[in-house]
Amino acid sequence: MPEQLLFAMEVTLNGLMAGVLYALVALGFVLIYKASGIFNYAQGVMALFAALTLVGIMEGQVPFAHLINVIFGTEIHHFGWEVPALLAILLTVVVMIIFAWLVNHFVMRHLINQEPIILFMATIGLAYFLEGVGDLMWGSDIKRLEVGLPQGINEWIDETTFQALGYGFFIDNLDIVAAVIAILLVIGLVIFSQYTTQGRALRAVADDHQAALSVGISLNFIWVLVWSIAGFVALVAGMMWGAKSGVQFSLSLIALKALPVLLIGGFTSIPGAIIGGLIIGVGEKLFEFSIGPMIGGATENWFAYVLALIFLVIRPQGLFGDKIIERV
Amino acid sequence: MNSMAGNYTTSDGREIGGVMMEMKNITLRFGGVVAIKDISFDIHEGEIRAIIGPNGAGKSSMLNVISGFYNPQEGEVWFNGKKRPSMKPYHVARQGIARTFQNIALFEGMSVLDNIMTGRLTHMKTGMLAQALWRGPAEREEVQNREVVEKIIDFLEIQHIRKTPVGRLPYGLKKRVELARALAAEPKLLLLDEPMAGMNVEEKEDMSRYILDTNDEFGTTIALIEHDMGVVMDLSDRVVVMDYGQKIGDGTPDQVRNNQAVIDAYLGVAHD
Repeated sequence: MPEQLLFAMEVTLNGLMAGVLYALVALGFVLIYKASGIFNYAQGVMALFAALTLVGIMEGQVPFAHLINVIFGTEIHHFGWEVPALLAILLTVVVMIIFAWLVNHFVMRHLINQEPIILFMATIGLAYFLEGVGDLMWGSDIKRLEVGLPQGINEWIDETTFQALGYGFFIDNLDIVAAVIAILLVIGLVIFSQYTTQGRALRAVADDHQAALSVGISLNFIWVLVWSIAGFVALVAGMMWGAKSGVQFSLSLIALKALPVLLIGGFTSIPGAIIGGLIIGVGEKLFEFSIGPMIGGATENWFAYVLALIFLVIRPQGLFGDKIIERV
Repeated sequence: MNSMAGNYTTSDGREIGGVMMEMKNITLRFGGVVAIKDISFDIHEGEIRAIIGPNGAGKSSMLNVISGFYNPQEGEVWFNGKKRPSMKPYHVARQGIARTFQNIALFEGMSVLDNIMTGRLTHMKTGMLAQALWRGPAEREEVQNREVVEKIIDFLEIQHIRKTPVGRLPYGLKKRVELARALAAEPKLLLLDEPMAGMNVEEKEDMSRYILDTNDEFGTTIALIEHDMGVVMDLSDRVVVMDYGQKIGDGTPDQVRNNQAVIDAYLGVAHD
């Protein structure tokens, strides 16, 4: 097989894996958008915050240490213990549920029936607020996140492909884990929304608030539920990205990559978020590989947005989004 | 007939029970606008009660007070012999009061069957996890709920559209699906906000029949708002007439028909 083709195949595979991570972030957006019509700008920051909290808990960091030290003149930074990864993940889930409740209690429930743009602005405010809180709670230095996920080259794929094709593919174990987790997460979410009472209630709220109220659904409960699930998805995404490239504040910027993913997949579709993520992942890697060298590289920064623009022109509702039909 | 007394027998010979719901001196304001002004009336168990009046009389507001969408500034709502505290609509729904809307509020993206199934939400008890795993009690409960829903689908003759997304249905059928969803809750009190608005004669006759059959077969108490006077007079046992937020008449269709204030409100008289 020609070498170029083999390279392209490897790039495609790596693109698929990167796409999974985009999809994970996009998934959080879709969940909240479907249930409440809110485009949650803070989803990326939620992923960052979840990852920060996870690392902080694992390392036994004292939250708000800096603030406490300034006020009381103390010098505490660590509790002096380490929390096992699994327990820390559970505790972080609890923190994200509390966060969901706070968001609903102090922000969202006061904005019922407001214009979408107002809700959107509220989430922008929320994003910057949460970024500040994350900084204040856990400090702003880059942290390593080691929850015991396998990392590094997958030897089996490397050897198998080497023997079969004479060229060993480089696939990161972490990416494989991410893909498996993403698949499990999506299956779980689909089962939840299609086959449980709460899932049906969630779809009902997404469709019509008034009607949902009239059949006995508490909007507040559903919104806390949705923000909790979004928080959980954010934690998974934050964990994967954190394990890959360290927990740092630039993590919140991946949220922006989720935007083209959503434009391609459709804002209202869970499978759309996955497919959109994969298309962007593969697309930008292949583009960088094939066209990149001709035009000076660094195409990964903008390729996703250009692709999304093209999709907007051809299919504004995205691949899987609800069709916009207006009866006249 | 003394409408305020307990049980009574209707002109077509049905036995009506005691007071189920009582509105006492309800006043509802939106800022400076008084939508409902000091209105009292009651709804008896098993009867079909209509609220009529010209546009802007405050009929829908009254229905929204009963269903908890609005909480009145003054007055008391009594349900099943107990004074009801100010409530959220979903609390009211869980008490056994179901409703439909004037401008149809269905879950457009969901199938007819799923829409009607949401009506069963107040009857579901098993937890989220059990349902996700689809085991034992959760499965039995789902099956039981499906049986109730299938019965209602048969009753309203909408078998042929059960899998159709509601968004694709014509207006008349949407109205019927909305009624089905309300009935799925097996409500003690059913509130219908203009169930026949925008329908042609044939559809109106169908809907009238469904309303009468619901009352007859399930013994459901019904309170409805309707513009079509002919329909109201045929359907209802007793009628409340509203105008400019005030009650101007209350009684059997015959009593109301001969009430001078009602005639004035509908035909219009010079106010001087």
